[in-house]
Amino acid sequence: MPREKIDRITAEHRWFLDQFNYHILVCAGLGCPGNDDILRALGQTVRNRQLTDEVLIRKVGCMGLCSAGPLVLIRPGDLMYQKVQPEDAEEIIASLGKKPVERLLLSPDLAFFTRQHKNVLRLSGRIDPESLPDYLVAGGYQALLQALFAMQPTDILRCIQESGLRGRGGAGYPTGLKWSTVARAQGSPKYLICNADEGDPGAFMDRSLLESTPYAILEGMTVAAYAVGASEGFIYVRAEYPLAVQRLKRAIRDAEQNNLLGHSICGSNLNFRVQIRLGAGAFVCGEETALIRSIEGRRGLPRPRPPYPAEKGLRGRPTLINNVETYANIPSVITNGPEWWARLGTDKSRGTKVFALTGTIRNTGLIEVPMGMPLREIVYDIGGGLPGGHALKAVQTGGPSGGCIPAALLDTPVTYESLNELGSIMGSGGMIVIDDSASMVDIVTYFMAFCRDESCGKCTPCRVGTAQIHNLLTKFQNRKATMADLEMLEWLCDLVRNTSLCGLGQSAPNPVLSALRFFRQEFLDCILTDQNHEEVRP
Amino acid sequence: MTTPILTLTIDGKEVSGLAGETILQVARENGFFIPTLCWLDGLTSAGSCRLCMVEIKGSAALHPACITLIQEGMAVTTSSERLLRYRRAIIELLFSERNHVCAVCVVNGHCELQTLAQQLGIDHISFPGLYPDLPVDASHPRFVIDHNRCILCTRCVRVCGEIEGAHTWDVKNRGVRSQIVADFDTPWGDSTTCTGCGKCVHVCPTGALFEKGKSVAEMFKKPLGLPYLKAIRDLGV
Ligand SMILES: Cc1cc2nc3c(=O)[nH]c(=O)nc-3n(C[C@H](O)[C@H](O)[C@H](O)COP(=O)(O)O)c2cc1C
Ligand code: SF4
Ligand code: SF4
Ligand code: SF4
Ligand code: FES
Repeated sequence: MPREKIDRITAEHRWFLDQFNYHILVCAGLGCPGNDDILRALGQTVRNRQLTDEVLIRKVGCMGLCSAGPLVLIRPGDLMYQKVQPEDAEEIIASLGKKPVERLLLSPDLAFFTRQHKNVLRLSGRIDPESLPDYLVAGGYQALLQALFAMQPTDILRCIQESGLRGRGGAGYPTGLKWSTVARAQGSPKYLICNADEGDPGAFMDRSLLESTPYAILEGMTVAAYAVGASEGFIYVRAEYPLAVQRLKRAIRDAEQNNLLGHSICGSNLNFRVQIRLGAGAFVCGEETALIRSIEGRRGLPRPRPPYPAEKGLRGRPTLINNVETYANIPSVITNGPEWWARLGTDKSRGTKVFALTGTIRNTGLIEVPMGMPLREIVYDIGGGLPGGHALKAVQTGGPSGGCIPAALLDTPVTYESLNELGSIMGSGGMIVIDDSASMVDIVTYFMAFCRDESCGKCTPCRVGTAQIHNLLTKFQNRKATMADLEMLEWLCDLVRNTSLCGLGQSAPNPVLSALRFFRQEFLDCILTDQNHEEVRP
Repeated sequence: MTTPILTLTIDGKEVSGLAGETILQVARENGFFIPTLCWLDGLTSAGSCRLCMVEIKGSAALHPACITLIQEGMAVTTSSERLLRYRRAIIELLFSERNHVCAVCVVNGHCELQTLAQQLGIDHISFPGLYPDLPVDASHPRFVIDHNRCILCTRCVRVCGEIEGAHTWDVKNRGVRSQIVADFDTPWGDSTTCTGCGKCVHVCPTGALFEKGKSVAEMFKKPLGLPYLKAIRDLGV
């Protein structure tokens, strides 16, 4: 019966949407300022012109091209207007069904749009993030219904395993394998956690997903709960993401009211509840064992693994922990089948990946591409190249845990393996374009200061080592370094990487090591020679 | 059910231990030296100082011996040149972190940090001192905490919480700014939880915690028999 209820809501909402000749979609992401005013102005104009029966104005999630925001999309016809201001409302409404407003028009065949492959971002910027009916009309919750009524948990585990999906939180651990471990682990209840702590500077993929398609994340989590036998779920989200939290709360409430969460979901025997936990903005709380301790109400400190959370996690029980984007991928893997999904990307890095493209680049924003796409295409085609005559120096991936790919290696395909080979990591999806005016020494000093400040302080090498490395790097910045300092720098990086307790310390030296590998000369240039030694003390 | 006996090799020598024992336990039982600082028999292991790292054949990563359980057929190396270099550097990092002037310290001559430095052959500190400006809290009637000598091993935190059951100590801030605090960061003397048992003072490996009235090199730390206390606690006596 609850299934029929869903079908009914879907049919009624589709009928409602179809009444209108025009849909005007306005980006209401946190990154687009002033969109409330635009919504209001458009609404007022429609009322003034007595078009309320014809034109439907809706707020939607991020459409991706943040640098051209606020964006407005007119359907049908998919006309996209950029940098819209409230004053443009009259003109936009007047043009409906006539010639588009040329001055605001964004060409739909921009490489930014055509070269992307949207899978998890498919509905982002197309539906109202706070409307369950919208999500249902767009095909939402079909994966859950299919999972609950046409598949056994083991079928789902097999499906995820065959798809080759790897965790999108940074390390790229095979998702199917993790799920099977939790499903097999002894102990009850089992818990499920969605890691939405996203703390890397420059990354906003997860925030955007939470703000744009919160139901898709809940659906992915619910499918996972059914597959591994979890009865309670937590979304650990940073308190700095107020809009995401607000929308998640709303989504959870609507899902509960429509029997898509809670007791006996859709009449099946699945019981699954989800709660939100707020993180206070410590980077280390994104590390899974620290995150779990934080949910338990304790200080967010990592602990050595094993045991892994899959065996002993929250409250000592088997716990599945995945990233936001990992869960957001689940519905499409289920509905389209693992073979369809596995055809995207490369053999070992399958599917698509969302990146937050920032730095010195024309089209900053959120993009999704099939894995294996060369960096060059991302930077020059999708990103539109560098503005203001700047030349490309490097692309930084993985934030404070990653490294840089120099311009000469721009044909590197974006896969877990090829980035690792170059000493960087895929990370969670931060991608910073660095131009030739930037100093690599400055950039790595910045990242090291970040790691020093975000180190939890539990283990010696990370706590003291990052502080010592940072001090050494400032010597390079001030051009007061010696050859001995360079040697010491490399030795400390080796020490911190190999002896730290958790991923934060283990990966903190990555930016430095990567910069030393590709831009060693910049460090050598900061070393005091005898000559400038004399200049310093006349 | 009997606990299975596992065999493994440590530095090439064949040894055996019970399933559930750590590498450190089995190594010590068999006379191998692995330095430790945060670990203390009778307290939960934190695995945080990273001194006890060992190599395990077939694994590229290093593993803390105090927390890693033995496995059948494991081949452990406790003292390669690489491990010794790392251990020396970790001790040197601890010395560089705060103000460890042994010559004027109450535990000079019987300090675990100093002893380890000697055992590992450290004769100078390669890293410049960070010397933060930290307080000495002498508000307690009988004890003093000198944060300048603290290595953040959290033994005091654990003994007070796990054995004495008072949970007076915890850590505030993070990274290099971490600091041990009493209650909600009050002077120790104002603590409403401290029972004055002195356990923290005696498990502290350095001169950070000491008894009042002790001058240079006069403070000796007594072994508390923690495993015994823990057993009594677990029995609920
Ligand atoms: C310092 C540190 C920060 C992390 N931050 C995040 C984060 O913000 N979001 C996230 O999903 N994973 C983060 N991780 C990775 C998690 O520990 C964990 O591997 C991940 O949530 C697993 O999900 P996945 O398998 O879906 O990738 C972090 C790891 C470390 C070491
Ligand atoms: S590596 Fe850094 S963040 Fe991780 S436990 Fe050690 S001090 Fe804490
Ligand atoms: S004296 Fe005893 S109760 Fe007081 S802080 Fe130390 S261990 Fe805790
Ligand atoms: S006061 Fe002593 S026991 Fe406590 S953390 Fe510092 S060094 Fe360790
Ligand atoms: S003794 Fe093992 S990490 Fe401190």
